[in-house]
Amino acid sequence: MRAIEPWVLAPLRAFVEDSSARLALLMTTSGQVVAQHGFTGALDLMAAAALGTGIIASSGELALQMDWTPFRTVAHQGQRQSHFLGWFDTPHGRWVALVVFGGETKLGLVQVYFDQLVIELLAAAPPEPVQKQEVLAADFERELNASLRALFGR
Amino acid sequence: MTEPYAAPLDSLTRLRGIRGAMVVAAQDGLVVAESLMGGVKGTALAAMAANLAARVTELSVRAAVGGPRFVHLQAQDGSLLVAPAAEDLLLVAVAGRDVPLGLIRLEMLRLAERLA
Repeated sequence: MRAIEPWVLAPLRAFVEDSSARLALLMTTSGQVVAQHGFTGALDLMAAAALGTGIIASSGELALQMDWTPFRTVAHQGQRQSHFLGWFDTPHGRWVALVVFGGETKLGLVQVYFDQLVIELLAAAPPEPVQKQEVLAADFERELNASLRALFGR
Repeated sequence: MTEPYAAPLDSLTRLRGIRGAMVVAAQDGLVVAESLMGGVKGTALAAMAANLAARVTELSVRAAVGGPRFVHLQAQDGSLLVAPAAEDLLLVAVAGRDVPLGLIRLEMLRLAERLA
């Protein structure tokens, strides 16, 4: 398990243990990975993050079009494994969780422990960070490299 | 409450000592219908009851005694009762202490058959 934000690790570890999730990914709505468990390749991780946030965005837009309250969670059930996606607001903006689980657990359990994860993350979250005034290309590259090192130990 | 399950759940919750009853989707542990007293958290109970039922099923099948007909988890302050109903449904009840468990068990098995 790896995280860019170290305070995320304990709640995410507890979530993975309790829910028996195979893979777990926390990311911002723009697809920036915050923490991950179980992914071994950078490519898979980035693709999953992009697709997961895409699904949240499109289901949110669908709800908007239908004049419904936006879906907080989306679940795709497969025969061997299923996906659960849920979003929640933190002091650092809106985050999305992508969870892949198999027959060793249940969607209901993942949902219950996801709610617990959100509570624990909000309790552990440091205060809102000071916004940077300007984003420079050098900063971006440095932060990207730091994120990849944090997530994959490279 | 989901209409087809309203009557069975009502008849179960009318029994003395029953704190709540639910119909749960066994496959995913989600609530199908519920009739619960305050203080009983349906979503968590449904998820954990379905998980327990799955584990017990695995155990009893490995023990070559077939799938469970009834699961009774006796705790300090009450009992959790689970009766597999239709192929993918569970009838779940939470009972307090000192309740007529035999009667509740019979009623749950009868209702589970009706749900099947």
